[in-house]
Amino acid sequence: MGLVVAENITKIYSVVATKVSKDYQAGEIAIRALNEVSFEIEPASFVSFVGPSGSGKTTLLNLIGCLDKPTEGKLEVAGTDVLHLDRKQSAAFRGNNLGFIFQDFNLLPVLTVFENIEYPLLMVQNIPGGERKKRIMTLLEAVGMIEQKDKFPDQISGGQKQRVAIARALVTNPKLVLADEPTANLDHKTAFMVLESMKKMRNEFQTTFIFSTHDQKIVGEAEIVYSLEDGELVGKQVKGGEKNA
Amino acid sequence: MRNLFKIAFRNLLRYKRRTLLTASLVTLGIVFVLLFVSITGSFKSMMIGQMTDSMLGHLQVHRKGYLASIDNLPLNLNLKMQAYKKLEGILNQQLEIEAISPRIKFGGMFSTFVETTNIRLNGVYPDRELKTVPLLPSRVTNARGTSLEKGEIWIPELMSKSMKVNVGDTVVIIATNKDGSVNGKQFKVAGVLESITGPGGRDGYIHIDDAMEVLRMEEMEVSEIAIRLKDFGRLQGFSDKLEGILSGELNKQGKPMFEVHTWEKLSPFYNIARMIDIMAFFIKLMLIAIVLISIMNVMIMAVYERIREIGTIAAIGTLPGKILSLFVLEGLSLGVLGVVAGNILGFIIITILNFSKMTFSFGRQTGLILSAQVAPMDMVVISLIVIVISVIASLQPALKASRMEPIKALRHV
Repeated sequence: MGLVVAENITKIYSVVATKVSKDYQAGEIAIRALNEVSFEIEPASFVSFVGPSGSGKTTLLNLIGCLDKPTEGKLEVAGTDVLHLDRKQSAAFRGNNLGFIFQDFNLLPVLTVFENIEYPLLMVQNIPGGERKKRIMTLLEAVGMIEQKDKFPDQISGGQKQRVAIARALVTNPKLVLADEPTANLDHKTAFMVLESMKKMRNEFQTTFIFSTHDQKIVGEAEIVYSLEDGELVGKQVKGGEKNA
Repeated sequence: MRNLFKIAFRNLLRYKRRTLLTASLVTLGIVFVLLFVSITGSFKSMMIGQMTDSMLGHLQVHRKGYLASIDNLPLNLNLKMQAYKKLEGILNQQLEIEAISPRIKFGGMFSTFVETTNIRLNGVYPDRELKTVPLLPSRVTNARGTSLEKGEIWIPELMSKSMKVNVGDTVVIIATNKDGSVNGKQFKVAGVLESITGPGGRDGYIHIDDAMEVLRMEEMEVSEIAIRLKDFGRLQGFSDKLEGILSGELNKQGKPMFEVHTWEKLSPFYNIARMIDIMAFFIKLMLIAIVLISIMNVMIMAVYERIREIGTIAAIGTLPGKILSLFVLEGLSLGVLGVVAGNILGFIIITILNFSKMTFSFGRQTGLILSAQVAPMDMVVISLIVIVISVIASLQPALKASRMEPIKALRHV
C-alpha cells in the first residue's frame, strides 16, 4: 500500500500520482497526452475518470495499469513505484496486484467461462487446484454466472461476458481493478447491471475500482469522479461531498 | 505444462481446416521420406547382400600391396603358406567371424578346343566358400548340384553363351605360374554362373587343389581370405579391430604383412550405395524445408490473428516466457500430430507394398521381390527431426508474441 505521510498522519493509498505527464511521439511532433496530473485514490474506492475522447482517460489507466510508463512525474500503485519496473517485473506486478476489465471483454475464446476465470490463477499465480475452484465458484456465484460456467464466450451475451471479465479480474484478489470503458459495448440496462456487479464486488472484497467512461449517464454510479480535459485534471467530484475545480 | 498444452491444442482446433492442411503436409512429407528410405534401403540392402553374400564376402585380407595390383591378379603377391597359416590362426580366434574362405585368384586361358579366351579363376574350398558367400549357389544355373568337385569348373554365363559351352562339356584351362612356366588342365563344366552386375563377368570357380595343380604350387599360397561376419552391422568395428591386430604382424623388412579391406573398398557398387544415402539425405532436407515453412507460416498467422489475445494475457500478468511456451507448444503439437499420422500412414503403405510383392531387377537379376523395410531407428530419427524443426519453426513467431508490448497489442484492430 502507498504511504503518504502528512502532518503526522500515515495515510494508505491505492494510487498516488504526482505531476504525471505522458508524451507520445507522432513523427517529429511530440503530443502531450497527460500534463502534470496529480491525485490520490484511497483503497476500496469506486472511482471514475470521465472526459471526452482524447482527454487522456485511457492513457492514465494504462499508466496506472503498468502497461505504459509516464514521461515525467512519480507514480505509485499499491505502494510500489512502478516507474522502474522492467518488462518482467511489470508483468509480475500486474498479475499479483491488478485486475483488468476491457471494453471488448477480451475473454479467451478457446476457454470456457470457468477456464477464463481460472486462467490468471493457473498461468499467473500458480494457485493449487482446491483453492482455485473455491475462489472461482465464489465469484461465479457473486456475478450470477454459475449456470453458464461450462459455456464458451461465443455462447453468452455481452453483459454476461463482462460479468465473467469482472470475475476474472477479481479472482486473483487484486488490490486494484482497472476498467477502461467497461460499458461502452453494452446497452444502458446491461451497463447499469455490470456497474452494480462491480460495486457489489467492491463491497464484498474491498477492492479499489477505477474505471473510465465518457457516458454521462453511468458517471453517476461512481463515488469519486475525476474529470479530464486535454490531458489535464480539471475537476474532482465526490458523491454527496465537495466539488473541486 | 498440461494447461499450456490444453490451450495450445484448443487453439489448433480453432482453425480446423488450416491445422488439418498443415498436419497433412507434414504427414505426407513423412510418408514420402519413409517410403523412399524403406524402398531404397531395401534395394541397397539387396544390392549389398548380393555383392557380399555371393561374391566378395564381408571383408577380405590380402598381402600388403595386393589390392593396388588386383587387376593383374599378381601371383607374386600371394600370401605364402607360413603367412597364411598365421593369418588363419588369428582369424580363427575372432568370435565375430562366422566363416572364412581362402582363395587363389589367377588369370588364365579358357579353351573349348575350338575357341580360346581369357578367364579369371578363383580356386576355392567349395564348402568353406559356400559358408562365406552363401548366395553363390543361387547364381549357378544348369548345375548338376551345388557342390564343386575336383576336376570341375563353374564358368561365367558370358563364356557359356558366346562359346556355346554347356554343363558336362570338357574345357581346358591354361595358366602361367609365377615362375613363367605354362601348364594346362582339363575340367568338366559343372555349372554356369549368372553375373550379378550384367554382361562382362569373367570369373570362374575351380577347386583350390586344382588351382594349385594348374599353377604348379608345391605348397599352398593364397591370394586373399574372404571373411563372413556373424553380424554385418559390426563390419566397420571389426574391420578396425582386425586392422589393429594385423598391424602388429610385420614382414622381414619390418613393414605390415597384411591389409584389410571391407566390401566397400572392393566394389564400385559402394558408390551407388553412397548415392542412395546422399539422395535420402536430400529427401530429408526437403522434409525439413516442408515442415519448417508450413509450420512457420501457420504460427506467423496464428500470432498475427491473436494479437489482441496476446495483449490480454500479457496485461493480466502472463510472463513473456509462458507466452513463448504457449506458441512453441502449439507448433510442437502440430508437428507431433503430423509425426503420428505420418508414421501410421507410412507403416500401412509399406505393409501394403510388401504384401503386394512388387518385383524389380538388379543387373541381370530379375523378379527380385521388393522388401521395403524401415528401421525403427529411422522412424525415430525422422520423427525427432520433424519435432525439432516444428519447435524451431515456432520459435520466431513465439518470440514475437512474447516480446509484444501489451498496450500496442490491446490496441490492435
